[in-house]
Amino acid sequence: MTTITPYRSDLRAGRDGFAQLLRAEWTKFRTVRGWMIGMTAAALVTILLGVLFAAGSHSSCSKGPIEVACPVTPVGPGGEAVDDRFYFVHKSLTGDGSITARVNTMTGQIRKPDVTPGVRNVISGVVPWAKAGVLIKESTKQGSAYAALMVTGSHGVRMQHNFTEDVAGRPGGVSKESPRWLRLTRSGDTLTGYESADGTNWTKVGTARLAGLPSTVRVGLFATSPGDLTVGQAAIGGVTAAARFTEVTAVMDQVDLQGAVSGGPWSHDDVGVVSDVDGTPHHPGGVVESGGTFTVTGVGDMAPGTEGMAIERTLTGALSGLIVVIVMAVMFITAEYRRGLIRTTLIAAPGRGRMLAAKATVIAMVTFVTGLIAAAVTVEVGTRMLRANGNPLLPVSPLTELRVVVGTAAFLAVAAVFALALGVVFRRSVAAVVTAIVLIVLPYVLATTSVLPLSGAQWLLRLTPAAGFAIQQSVPEYAHVLGYYAPQMGYYPLAPWAGLAVTCGYAALALGLAAFLLSRRDA
Amino acid sequence: MRQELHAEWTKLRTLAGTRRLLFVIIMLTVALSAVASAAVTCPTAGCDHDAAKLSLTGIQLGQAVVAMLAVLAISGEYSTGTIRTTLTAMPRRTTVLAAKAVILAGLTLAAGTVAVLASVLAGRLILPGNGFTPAHGHPLLSLADGPTLRAAAGSVLYLALIALLSLGVATAVRDSAVSIGLVLALLYFLPTVIYMISDPDWQRLLWQISPTNAGLAIQTTTHLSSLPLSPWAGLGVLAAWATAALLGGGLLLRLRDA
Repeated sequence: MTTITPYRSDLRAGRDGFAQLLRAEWTKFRTVRGWMIGMTAAALVTILLGVLFAAGSHSSCSKGPIEVACPVTPVGPGGEAVDDRFYFVHKSLTGDGSITARVNTMTGQIRKPDVTPGVRNVISGVVPWAKAGVLIKESTKQGSAYAALMVTGSHGVRMQHNFTEDVAGRPGGVSKESPRWLRLTRSGDTLTGYESADGTNWTKVGTARLAGLPSTVRVGLFATSPGDLTVGQAAIGGVTAAARFTEVTAVMDQVDLQGAVSGGPWSHDDVGVVSDVDGTPHHPGGVVESGGTFTVTGVGDMAPGTEGMAIERTLTGALSGLIVVIVMAVMFITAEYRRGLIRTTLIAAPGRGRMLAAKATVIAMVTFVTGLIAAAVTVEVGTRMLRANGNPLLPVSPLTELRVVVGTAAFLAVAAVFALALGVVFRRSVAAVVTAIVLIVLPYVLATTSVLPLSGAQWLLRLTPAAGFAIQQSVPEYAHVLGYYAPQMGYYPLAPWAGLAVTCGYAALALGLAAFLLSRRDA
Repeated sequence: MRQELHAEWTKLRTLAGTRRLLFVIIMLTVALSAVASAAVTCPTAGCDHDAAKLSLTGIQLGQAVVAMLAVLAISGEYSTGTIRTTLTAMPRRTTVLAAKAVILAGLTLAAGTVAVLASVLAGRLILPGNGFTPAHGHPLLSLADGPTLRAAAGSVLYLALIALLSLGVATAVRDSAVSIGLVLALLYFLPTVIYMISDPDWQRLLWQISPTNAGLAIQTTTHLSSLPLSPWAGLGVLAAWATAALLGGGLLLRLRDA
């Protein structure tokens, strides 16, 4: 009698922990040559398009027929590009003090689009964000710290400081019958603004802390008026935004200075004025002073600048990378269904939800790393090339740049998970790819290529998974700067992380549905 | 050719997915068109909207499903191996592809006609309520109006050409996921590249060769003179793309093993 010992493998039984599942899925991904090539292609096409875009964008400045060096865009205390052009009537103030003035009237002129070509069409009027009032500024250098209390064309009294900050006071404009008194006081580096309708009862508008404000500053009256924005349709479907010359003239009197103020006459500066070819200033401001009444005329703006290219413009090619990533992520699961490999996979790893989690983790990680490399190289090389080609770029803080790069990679990774989940739901690649692209890419295309009007475009980018593109927006929208804030211009209706959260929500929903169907259906 | 046509017709007709997709083409096209018509208002006289184009916005979405139908018509055969049976039964490969193209174009024209008519009808019903009234310079949408008829009929042709383009690409590529990715990148990514470029000459050139931009010029009924291409020339560009894709696909089908 012989005993037959059944065959037993020498190999120890493997564990089926999550790490093993991850390793299995990563091996599957890594060893399909087409997928590795696809991912590399996604990165390369993103970089290549960014570089081509940067190489093809040239910018130069000219005065009439003569080409000149482009003026350097001033940078505010916060590091952002700013417009800093205004007419300033000022004295020096050392230490604490205050300025009070009465604004009596604001009038001005606005240039409208030419009715007869070549004939300037100028009407009288004041644009909504025309400003005049009292100002305390570090120096007359463009971009230096300031706080100002002002009356605006149609946004009432405002206290603004350091370009980006804006606090609303009482609404309403000024006229001879109802003038407005404005007072700005300095105490250390804290500036406080007050307004009054009668010169005796004062209301506080706001305070501003200007860190590092030197002991001696400039104090005085200012006026400035930003360009009038006209948005038109471009020939190939885009929009053209044009800012036209406007000017404001404010009559101010009852000027009272307190503190250690320099004696002698007022200094006059047309801060930030540019000169024409013949050396005369272009659209100059001015002041007429008679018996304590100042009639100040100004052109320009004290606000964050929007002229220039945002860094994320280099990343437009990431949309092609996104399409490749969607195809790869869908195939990562549908290929298993097509070849029957899914049955082997589920025998080896019967925990279906865990298998899906492992697959999602692997595709998300692979996409994130690929996207991170692609976005980092594109932004770094692209912005360098754009600068070298003379393009003005809107400066952003390193943290914002990091958010744009990492956020783009994260968005791609979330989109990959979304596509993978759709692949599980449909089990067919074409249906899953079409659904993913229609939900993520199409809304973006409809919103940014001016197929839809502005409101429709904004709703699309709030409600669809394409909302995540908002993570790329590096320059915020400012309520106190008139601009054409459309998706086409790179302004999204949702805040960056809120937009990404919408996409994450869709991905989570799809993943949940995928897990449910996976556990319910036979493979 | 008759036998081939009959065979391809039987194959497509008896697939459950075909009927469903044709239905989805119509539904999605009409739905997006209606939503776009409902979302846009014309509060004042002389608002600068192209009502005909607006009521046909759904084509942007419908074309993705048309591409899906066309890609599946050929890559489905590759993924299941039916292609070998097909080519054994009908060895003249270009004729097989031609028959497929004819059947697909026919189906797309039929579904497209329904979708476009329903979209225009939706626009006709919805737009006047949003201020698109004769007083504001927008007469009621009507196919009796020459440019509107051209936009509507052209949109149907546009969908058929998209089907042929997708069929050609899928015949050349064979893998379903890769082909649909390529086709949708061509349809949706190229238009965004145009806005990436700052040089106006390059912008115009890209616009003129982009199948979506040039092809959809057929829907334009206002500011015709500012278009880089005339509507019919634009549709011609798409026809050239479709022809090139079909020729390339046909050539590869002849040269390669199935």
